Amino acid sequence: MTTISGEAVNHPERMASRSPAPGEGRYRALVRLSRNDDVRRFVISVVGGLVLALITGPEGNGVQMLSGINGALLHPHVFICLAVTVGVWVLITVRHHFARQVEHVSGRVMALPKAVLPDRRVRAGLWLALFAFAIIYPPTLNSFWQNVLVEQIGIYVLLAIGLNVVVGYAGLLDLGYIAFFAIGAYSDAYWTGMLPVHPPLHLNPFWVFPLAILTAMLAGVLLGGPTLRLRGDYLAIVTLGFGEIIQIVANNLQGVTGGAQGVINIPHFSVHVAGIKYHWGLSNLPYYYLILGFIVLALLAYFSLEHSKVGRAWTAIREDEVAAEAAGINTLKYKVMAFAIGASTSGVAGVIVASQIGFVEPGDFTVQLSILILVLVIFGGMGSLAGAVVGAAVLQWLPQFLRVHPLFGYNQLDLYIYFGAILILMMIFRPEGLIPSRRRRREIVLAEHGVGSADAMESGHSGGGLAAVANPEADL
Amino acid sequence: MSAPASMAAAAAASGADGDALVEVRHVTLRFGGVTSLSDVSFSQRRGEILAVIGPNGAGKTSLFNCLTGVYTPQVGEVLFRPASGTALSVVGTKPYKVNRAGIARTFQTSRLFNALTTFENIKIGVESRFSVGPLGSMLHLPHTRRAERESDAKVVELLEFVGLTERANTIASSLPYGDRRRLEIARALGTRPELLLLDEPAAGTNPAEKASLVELIRKVNTVYGVSVLLIEHDMGLVMSLAERLIVLNFGQIIAAGTPREVQQNPAVIEAYLGAPESDEDGR
Ligand SMILES: Nc1ncnc2c1ncn2[C@@H]1O[C@H](COP(=O)(O)OP(=O)(O)O)[C@@H](O)[C@H]1O
Ligand SMILES: [Mg+2]
Repeated sequence: MTTISGEAVNHPERMASRSPAPGEGRYRALVRLSRNDDVRRFVISVVGGLVLALITGPEGNGVQMLSGINGALLHPHVFICLAVTVGVWVLITVRHHFARQVEHVSGRVMALPKAVLPDRRVRAGLWLALFAFAIIYPPTLNSFWQNVLVEQIGIYVLLAIGLNVVVGYAGLLDLGYIAFFAIGAYSDAYWTGMLPVHPPLHLNPFWVFPLAILTAMLAGVLLGGPTLRLRGDYLAIVTLGFGEIIQIVANNLQGVTGGAQGVINIPHFSVHVAGIKYHWGLSNLPYYYLILGFIVLALLAYFSLEHSKVGRAWTAIREDEVAAEAAGINTLKYKVMAFAIGASTSGVAGVIVASQIGFVEPGDFTVQLSILILVLVIFGGMGSLAGAVVGAAVLQWLPQFLRVHPLFGYNQLDLYIYFGAILILMMIFRPEGLIPSRRRRREIVLAEHGVGSADAMESGHSGGGLAAVANPEADL
Repeated sequence: MSAPASMAAAAAASGADGDALVEVRHVTLRFGGVTSLSDVSFSQRRGEILAVIGPNGAGKTSLFNCLTGVYTPQVGEVLFRPASGTALSVVGTKPYKVNRAGIARTFQTSRLFNALTTFENIKIGVESRFSVGPLGSMLHLPHTRRAERESDAKVVELLEFVGLTERANTIASSLPYGDRRRLEIARALGTRPELLLLDEPAAGTNPAEKASLVELIRKVNTVYGVSVLLIEHDMGLVMSLAERLIVLNFGQIIAAGTPREVQQNPAVIEAYLGAPESDEDGR
C-alpha cells in the first residue's frame, strides 16, 4: 500500500469536519458520492479505459492517435480497454479494503520462498540449474526462438546486468546507456574496416572486444568525470543529452560513420586456430553461447564487486553521499567507476550485435532503448543480479510470446503502452522489483517509513546538497 | 595513506605553535545575507579535548563543516597538522581528502548507512584506508583478500571498543539511539583519524547512555590518542570531558578558556548560561 492508502477513506473525522455541501438534497447525495474514494477511482478507471481505447484505437493504431474516434464506440476493443482499467480498479479497491487480509495471505506466500532462499547453497544451486538450463535448452528450439533468444533476450540480459551496476549499485540514473552500445557497435565496424575511415590494421571481431571495452570505458569516464558531480535529475538530463548526441553524430558525420544509411557488411566472428577455420554464419547458436559466456563472466565479476569494498562504497554513496565522503570515500571516483563498468558492458553488447547482424545504423540507438533497459532493471529489481537476469528475460520474452501466440497477437507499436501498464502495476504492488536485493528492499522499507530515500530517481537522494541548503538546521 | 616517520619529525618542528593540531584563522562564512561565522580564530593542541558551546544557530555545526571541507568559508584559513604527514590547508579541500588527512566527524543527526548492518557501517570507514581496486575484487587477488581480512579484524576490534559486538549483524536503522551514536563514532574511528569532531553526540540520549558515551569519548582520547573537538549542550558532560571551551554566539567567539573561567565570564552568562536554555527543553 503506497500512495493510495493515504487518502481520506480511513479518516471519517476529515469528512465530518468539512463544511456542508452547497445546494439541495440530491446534489448533496451526488457530492457525497463523489467524495467516496472508491467511486472516484471507479470513475477515473472508466474514463481511463475510454481514453486508452481512443489512443490505441480499434486497430491498435499508435500512429494516428485519435483514429479510435472514427471507429464505433461499441467496438470490442473498447470493452477490452474498459475491462483492463476496471480490473485494475477492482484490484486496488480489494487491496484497499482488505489490506490486512491480503497482506496476511501474501505474507504467507512470500514467506515461502524466503524460508527456502536464504540458504546460500540453495541459491547457488538455483543459479547452477539456471545455467545448465541455459546451456541445454536452446538447441531444442526452432530457429525463430533461437533468434529471439539471441537478439531479444540474451543481448538485453547482458545490457540489463551492466545498467544494474550504474542504476542499482551506484544509484545513478543513466538515460544515455545505449550510447555506449553504439560506441561498441561502431568500434566493431571501425576495426573490421567497414567504416569510411580506415583503421591502422583490420581485426577479427574477437579482437575488437578489448578495444571496444576500453573505448566505451573511456567514453564513460569522459562523460562521467564532469557530469557525475551533478545529482539525480541533472545527471539524468545530461546522460539523456549524451545519448542524443551520439545518435546525431552517427547520423551526420557521414565521412566517418557512414551517416544515416548505416554500415553494412560487418564481418561475422571467425576462428582460425591451428589450421581449423570456422566462420560464424547466420546460425544463432554460436552467438547465443558467446553471449551466455559474457553474461556468466559479468555475473561473476559483478557479484564479487557487489560484496567488496567497491560495492559497499556504492551502497554508501547511494544511501548518503555526505556521510560517504565523511567516511573517506572518494564519491566521484566510485561513481565514475560504476559508469565506466556499465559502459563497458554496453560496449561488449554492441560488438556482439554488430557482428551478428552485420549491419549498424544510427536509428538503432534511440532513447527509447535506453529507457527500455532501465525498465528491465527496475522490473527485475534494482541492485539485484538475479533480478536483472530474470526481469530482462521475462519482460523480453513476453511480448514475443504474445506476438506469436494465436490467442493474443497485438500490434508491436503498442508495446510501450503495455510496458507502461506493467511498470505502474509493479510500482504499486511490488516497488522493489521481481527479485529485489536485500539491501535495496531494506532501503525501500526505510523510505516508506521516512528514513532516507530509496532510489536515484529522487533529486535530493543523497541527503546533502540542495536538501541541506533548504533545511540547514535539520542535517549536516 | 602511508605514514612516513620522517614527516612526524618535520611536523613536530613546524614553527612556534608546533603543538597545534588545528589552527583556525579568521574564518568568516556567509550564506547570502546570513553570516554564520565571523572572524573565528582558535587552535587546538594535539591530544586535547576541546568543546564548542553556544546557543542554537550560533554557528557550531557550520564551524565543523568548515573544518571538514563541506563548506568553504569566504575568508580565512584552516590548517591541519597531522603527526603523520604534511600540513593540510582544509579550505577548498574535498571532504574525503580531509578525512584521509586525519579529520573524522559525526553528524548532529546521525547519518548512518541505514540499510547496512553495524558491521558493514564500520567496515566502510575502515576500508577507506585500504587500497583495493575493482580489478582486485573481481579477480579475488591475494592482495585484496589480505586487505579484507585485515579490515575485518579492525572492524571486530572497533565493535569491541564501542561495545557493539553483539549488534554486529543488526541493521543500523533498527539500533537504539545511543547505539547509533556509538556506531557513528566507531565508523569515524575506523578511518584512523587524529582529530575526531563530535556534533552533539549526547543529544537525545538518556542519562545512562550519556554516562557511557562520556566514558567512550574519554577512551577514544586516551586509548587511541585521538584529539576530540566536541559540540555539546549538556554542561555537565562538557565540564567532565573538556579541558578547554570555546563559546560561540552569533558566529563569533565570545569567550574561551577552562570550564570554570568560561562559566564566570559575564558575556557568556548573558548569552548562553544565564538565559533559559531553550534548546535543551526540546530534547
Ligand atoms: N547551508 C546553509 N545555507 C544557509 N544557511 C546556513 C547553512 N548552514 C548553516 N546556515 C546558517 O548558519 C547559522 C548557523 O547554523 P549552525 O551552524 O547549524 O548552528 P548551530 O550548529 O550552532 O546550531 C544559522 O543561521 C543557519 O541558518
Ligand atoms: Mg548544530
